[in-house]
Amino acid sequence: MSNIAIQADKLTKRFDDFTAVDAITFDVRQGEIFGFVGANGAGKTTAMRILCGLSIPTSGTATVAGFDVYKDAEKIKKNIGYMSQKFSLYEDLTVMENITFYAGIYGLSNQEIKDRGAELLTRLGIEHEAKTFVASLPLGWKQKLAFSVAVIHRPKIVFLDEPTGGVDPVTRRQFWDLIYEAADRGITVFVTTHYMDEAEYCNRVSVMVDGRIDAFDTPANLKKKFSVESMNEVFYQLARGAKRKAD
Amino acid sequence: MKAITLDNITKTYDKGKVLAVDKASFELEQGETFGLIGPDGAGKTSIFRVLTTLLLPDGGNATVAGYDVVKQYELIRNCIGYMPGRFSLYQDLTVEENLNFFATIFNTSIEENYELIKDIYVQIEPFKTRRAGKLSGGMKQKLALCCALIHKPVVLFLDEPTTGVDAVSRVEFWEMLKRLKYQGITILVSTPYMDEAALCDRIALIEGGKILSIDSPANTVKKYPGKLFAVKSANMHRLLHDLRDYEGTRSCFTFGDSMHLSFKQDSDNAVSTLTNYLTGKGQQQLEITEIPAGIEDYFIRITEKQNEQHSHTS
Amino acid sequence: MKNAVWKQLYAFIQKEFYHVFRDRKTLLMLFGIPIAQVLLFGFVLSNEIKNSKIVVCDYAKDYASQEIIRKIEASKYFNVQKATLTHDQIEASLRSGDIKMAVIFPADFYSDLSHLNKAQIQVIADASDPNTATTLSNYLTSIINDYQAEALAQTKKPYSIIPQVKMLYNPELLGAPNFVPGVMALVLMLICAMMTAVAIVKEKEMGTMEILLVSPLKPYLVIIAKTIPYLLISLLNLAAILLMSVFLLNLAIKGSVILLFAESTLFIISCLALGLLISVGSTSQMSAMMTSQMSLMLPTMMLTGFMFPIENMPFWMQGISYIVPSRYYYTIVKAVMLEGLGFTAIWRETLVLAGITLVLVVINVRSFKIRLA
Repeated sequence: MSNIAIQADKLTKRFDDFTAVDAITFDVRQGEIFGFVGANGAGKTTAMRILCGLSIPTSGTATVAGFDVYKDAEKIKKNIGYMSQKFSLYEDLTVMENITFYAGIYGLSNQEIKDRGAELLTRLGIEHEAKTFVASLPLGWKQKLAFSVAVIHRPKIVFLDEPTGGVDPVTRRQFWDLIYEAADRGITVFVTTHYMDEAEYCNRVSVMVDGRIDAFDTPANLKKKFSVESMNEVFYQLARGAKRKAD
Repeated sequence: MKAITLDNITKTYDKGKVLAVDKASFELEQGETFGLIGPDGAGKTSIFRVLTTLLLPDGGNATVAGYDVVKQYELIRNCIGYMPGRFSLYQDLTVEENLNFFATIFNTSIEENYELIKDIYVQIEPFKTRRAGKLSGGMKQKLALCCALIHKPVVLFLDEPTTGVDAVSRVEFWEMLKRLKYQGITILVSTPYMDEAALCDRIALIEGGKILSIDSPANTVKKYPGKLFAVKSANMHRLLHDLRDYEGTRSCFTFGDSMHLSFKQDSDNAVSTLTNYLTGKGQQQLEITEIPAGIEDYFIRITEKQNEQHSHTS
Repeated sequence: MKNAVWKQLYAFIQKEFYHVFRDRKTLLMLFGIPIAQVLLFGFVLSNEIKNSKIVVCDYAKDYASQEIIRKIEASKYFNVQKATLTHDQIEASLRSGDIKMAVIFPADFYSDLSHLNKAQIQVIADASDPNTATTLSNYLTSIINDYQAEALAQTKKPYSIIPQVKMLYNPELLGAPNFVPGVMALVLMLICAMMTAVAIVKEKEMGTMEILLVSPLKPYLVIIAKTIPYLLISLLNLAAILLMSVFLLNLAIKGSVILLFAESTLFIISCLALGLLISVGSTSQMSAMMTSQMSLMLPTMMLTGFMFPIENMPFWMQGISYIVPSRYYYTIVKAVMLEGLGFTAIWRETLVLAGITLVLVVINVRSFKIRLA
């Protein structure tokens, strides 16, 4: 099944007597924008860490880009990109230095770094800012730059952890334009968000509650199933029943 | 007496190089819930810090509960509650220890004002011996609110209380604010989530340090110039490109499951012309409906110009 | 209203102690480091004193010298080897570490003693290990004094034997007795200044300082409440160091303990003030720690004279040493603890230390921020 980017089967992660991820089963298709939503503490971060090859699951199976999360964590890391709202770029490095650094980590040649760096700057319309320190860029630009850097090595899959938190509404949409472009180029996008309108932009969405995946379908089907108008209501109906509130 | 007044408040950083707040003015009536709506870096936190007497403004005047923020800062500190943007309680103290500590430094006790925090406190009481650092986001928020309320403040300042909190906890949080409003507490709250604006009595939209609009949520959206349409089709991604290419389009943005579109000119046949254009492009299952604008639509509309310039100051 | 202030203060101090006792790293810093320092500088260095090899060169071979050698042999501290070595041979054995000390009785020891009522014994010690050297020469001196006392009782002659002690390799004699006052200065500086600075900057970093500033809490209360716990912990540490010195290092406190604690309290206050000052200029715990180490710990180690003699330093460094509070504290502790001197001997240092403290407190009161920036 070469058109499957991520496959998880009864994936479970336990910490002592606490089951953070409880036998989740889902698949993400190649080139798909996959929304991974859930309340705080529902287990999203833990699941994402497993899929990024940072954590070994307790039981169940999962493959990412065709590689096993138990055995081939290093190969997984080569084939994915990662961006989070909390950590993305080095503030005390310039835009180009950041690009060079991240591209260098993934072993791009100097020529590739130069070409792709220039292409990236052009696409974002910030050719003149190559020598600007990231710290002095507006937040929205940082986020867009961070995303572009995360896919500079043309990974098969990119993981985005709440990429648009706090960003203004226009930039938020520009950010999603970038996501669509990446998907058009065949990059699979795995994204978590607290903005439920963004869940509507995804091809398919999974909703995590208390470590389980309680809903998993296209936004349209989910809304139909719960007889509601928006993903926000779908989410509210599901997450309201969560027991795991204090953890 | 107004609960809060701001008169041409200006705040700069780095010796005037960075303009964070640019001549902001607004007033809060007593008992009002007032929302400061804008993205990160818009100047919301700077306004909060000037009003909570943490920062001196570079220009302008401001009062809280009738006291001047510069000269009478000590009086203000006696009668306000403040919940900063990030979780600012002692992580290594338990829920109860935190609450007791803040009660004592505000010269009161949990028992004295228990009525005010009861509704919120009962939700976190089962975890009162747990260290604050080990609570979930929503629980931390509730504890922080309890600590800010423990001395029965006249004015409550909540700086982005719902940022990073999931949708369910956000709804619960706003329900708590509604109950506080009935207790007569004036609330100034900021948020980057436009959908929360509707829950305030009045809102100020802020971007780049400038206040762009002050009104009730209902009146704010009425100010949206022209008509707004929601457009849907079977292929949403291509629809966006087609709509942006269309010469009659003034602006088009994705909004959940549809595109929000405004025309350069709202002529009578605008919709039918567009329908023809899109059908010609091969779009199927087309739906075009006129809709009332939301806060976010209005916000995008009035900030468009700044974004087009890719201004560096936001 | 006054009652309310006390309640606030109590709640705040209680909270500080929660912080201290709930963080293992802090606990280790507060209680582990002082113990480690004392053990390192004192105990470990003076560990091998029992059964130290010494060589006795008896050129006299008379009644008195034999008697004294017998006494030395009887002592558990010495492992005596008898030989008649030349001075060069003695130095070679000392250098190779075969022996710790050499005792030389001159040829006419007893006749000098009985006719001149006065005789000399030469003692050569390897002072590259200063603790051992001092301790050994002290033991030897006391054995000789013992013999003198006995002889005096028998003959009623006012004998006097003068051990001529010569310290090789480390004439300054920097040893445990001198290290203890140095360690005290170092530990108090570490706990008071660095921990206070870190504790305050932590509140800034965690954002809790914002809430404290916005509360009706008076700024001076924040300062007092932040410093009192560390003052108490420092005094506790001081007591621990003194107890360890007395019981582990066999170092008696010769002067008044009360005076020692009073002077220490003054020094602690100056350290607390320095810590507060550092916290004003630092925005992260990391920078507070670095600043404390660079600007406080290093000068305490280098410029107080307990590691390197100040007199040997370049003129400008000597100048800097005059504004280092530890320098005065070190002198005071040495005088009170080791030499048993009273307040009259140290009033000058006390006055300077008090002056520095006052200046620091005034700077602090003036620079305390009632706002964020």
